[in-house]
Amino acid sequence: MTEFEPKIVGFLCNWCAYAGADLAGVSRIQYPPNIRIVRVMCSGRVDPVFILEAFRSGADGVLVAGCHLPSDCHYISGNFKAHRRIMMLKKLLLQFGIEPERLRIEWVSASEGDKFATVIKDMTEEIKKLGPSPLKVQVEGLIYG
Amino acid sequence: MESMEEETPRIGVFVCHCGINIGGVVNVPEVVEYAKKLPCVVYAEENLYTCSSEGISKIKEGIAKYNLNRVIVASCTPRTHEPLFRGACEEAGVNKYLFEMANIRDQCSWAHMHEPEGATEKAKDLVRMAVAKSRLLKPLEEPEIDVTPSALVIGGGISGMTAALCLSNQGFKVHIVEKEPELGGMLGHLYKLYPTMQDASESLNHVVNSVKSNKSIEVLTSTVVKQVKGFIGNFEVTVQKANDETANFEAGTIIVATGAPIFEPVGMYGYGEYDNVITQLRLEQLLKDGQLKKPESVVMIQCVGAREKEGRTYCSRICCMTAIKNALLIKDLHPDTDVYILFRELQTYGKHYEEHYRTAQDKGVKFVKYLQEKSPRVVSGKNGELTVNVYHALLNEELKIGSDLVVLSTPLIQHEDARELSQILKVPLGPDGFFFEVHVKLRPIDFATDGIYVCGTAHSPKDTPESVSQAFGVASRAAIPMALKRLRTEAITAVVHENLCSGCGTCVKLCPYGAIEKDEKGVARVTEVVCKGCGVCAATCPERAIEMRHFTSEQVMAQALAALGRTSA
Ligand SMILES: Cc1cc2nc3c(=O)[nH]c(=O)nc-3n(C[C@H](O)[C@H](O)[C@H](O)COP(=O)(O)OP(=O)(O)OC[C@H]3O[C@@H](n4cnc5c(N)ncnc54)[C@H](O)[C@@H]3O)c2cc1C
Ligand code: FES
Repeated sequence: MTEFEPKIVGFLCNWCAYAGADLAGVSRIQYPPNIRIVRVMCSGRVDPVFILEAFRSGADGVLVAGCHLPSDCHYISGNFKAHRRIMMLKKLLLQFGIEPERLRIEWVSASEGDKFATVIKDMTEEIKKLGPSPLKVQVEGLIYG
Repeated sequence: MESMEEETPRIGVFVCHCGINIGGVVNVPEVVEYAKKLPCVVYAEENLYTCSSEGISKIKEGIAKYNLNRVIVASCTPRTHEPLFRGACEEAGVNKYLFEMANIRDQCSWAHMHEPEGATEKAKDLVRMAVAKSRLLKPLEEPEIDVTPSALVIGGGISGMTAALCLSNQGFKVHIVEKEPELGGMLGHLYKLYPTMQDASESLNHVVNSVKSNKSIEVLTSTVVKQVKGFIGNFEVTVQKANDETANFEAGTIIVATGAPIFEPVGMYGYGEYDNVITQLRLEQLLKDGQLKKPESVVMIQCVGAREKEGRTYCSRICCMTAIKNALLIKDLHPDTDVYILFRELQTYGKHYEEHYRTAQDKGVKFVKYLQEKSPRVVSGKNGELTVNVYHALLNEELKIGSDLVVLSTPLIQHEDARELSQILKVPLGPDGFFFEVHVKLRPIDFATDGIYVCGTAHSPKDTPESVSQAFGVASRAAIPMALKRLRTEAITAVVHENLCSGCGTCVKLCPYGAIEKDEKGVARVTEVVCKGCGVCAATCPERAIEMRHFTSEQVMAQALAALGRTSA
């Protein structure tokens, strides 16, 4: 059997995290190709529904990344709002039987290409250890079982 | 809600090789073939460089030939290239908000260089995700705003003053805010300037006088910026004087020219301990005031606190030439004084710089290369005389140089209060603490935030000619919106679906800009030009009654779920 390759969806804010991800590439810092990035203007745009739907559709992990706390957010405080929301969602995930580690919130500035790559490496490793999302197994069970 | 004719999406996909940057890793033809099979894609092709004039023509031709009403370019990052491709769409009659990008270079081929298969799969996914979003895109119009024809320049050093004069010559009003009681910045403390060896005061006074006598430049000294609200064309600035008095004015554009102080090397090489261990800046002052007593032997140590393994890793760029300049000046005053320059590497990169280096050698300045891991030591004898011990890398022996003046070349560093200013302006500082431009090559003096620019040593260590060039640069960047007088703003703003709004007021409280209020009907209403489009309201509305244009829930979700192979309707 081939090794389990997790599918991770990343919601990155345009101003810091997305720029940091670009810089990782510009600096040719290598990280595993498991992440699929969706650009949003601010981490505060990320609706909990996006995250739950992603898990429901088979994501093994979801990353939300924005500008550093406390005050780097381009829109003043969207990062705080995102942070609060994600912390609440993590608890909710637990009730659905999804390990909260599958959902991460990270702060990556436009100059932290190395940090972005490290986050992706870590997260990919961690989720590999956890194995496929329990929800995905259920969903696939429903379809193919 | 917008009333728009729904037309069936006809998507064209242009996949860029970017020379070998993408094509050398990702199998581009495979991605093109894959794109052709995606829903609503009627045309796909590959380009060597989609951003070249040929590539741009290809997009326009494609739009005409295949009647495309949506365009996707899979290439680099929208942060640098979206405006270019959007422009091509507009010229060919496609609303620029019907353009979408898939980032298959910066976030794919460059980051997965040794995994061509993984990278190709990812590129296909990214294109599929872009198609999923593209199908749902809506054409948008950008509201127009007026631009206040007045600039705020923060910092009254040579850079800030040069930019201010340039802008005033073009007919704009300028406020210079300088925190010190006097204009002039670092040049006010220097003696002579390389490469011309003119008096610093000579070049400076001329500029200061022009600024002071200029009627359209208002100089506010002993003043700092306390608050900046608003956006390009309409910044509302609050400044505070030393006596705590505040004042407000409007600015269309903002220039950051706050310069950089030097690193004070306390505790290094006896600095702070022995009186005759000083910095280059102090030496300049002594020379300027004519207070330098004739030294017998001067030792200058380069890269003190610069080019370190961690922390200040950068080269301060001005120190080699400053040392050579001051060594020559000492030699001119006292030809029989011994002058040593202990360096790690010597960088005399500029116009006429190498000549100064050669002159210094001819005049007997002794250059000694030291190694970072065996840096020199300054030891003091019984009577306070200093000896500098340095391992001579080429001779493979330790030299002991007696010295009555040790001069440390220390780097320019960021001001302590720069972080506060960066937060007031919402612009970033880089890893070395200096103000961070949006793109080092393509937009080297712009911030990501429209209407704010950076020049001089606030941005990174540089000498006066380089600072002045950047000052001219920012002046012309800032003049563009001010000369246009009217600007189109982002169309990415929030819209309330009135019929869904319950009037709970959550969004009114959450909006960081106060752009939402309840109208007479008790439902939320967005003031479009004040809305910045962050989307916090849309993500929080319990009734899901708020939609973010261009990042609608439907669009973002379609893109995310496409990553997982699920296609939404
Ligand atoms: C020892 C030494 C020797 C040098 N010799 C040479 C030379 O020979 N030739 C040469 O070309 N260059 C030389 N330089 C470099 C030169 O000094 C700089 O290139 C130049 O001063 C940069 O100008 P600036 O206006 O960008 O910054 P600065 O000169 O630093 O001016 C910045 C101004 O902004 C003000 N400011 C800072 N923060 C704020 C704030 N928050 N609000 C309001 N105002 C603020 C400061 O008070 C200052 O007046 C030397 C530098 C040093 C340290
Ligand atoms: S803009 Fe980056 S988190 Fe708000």
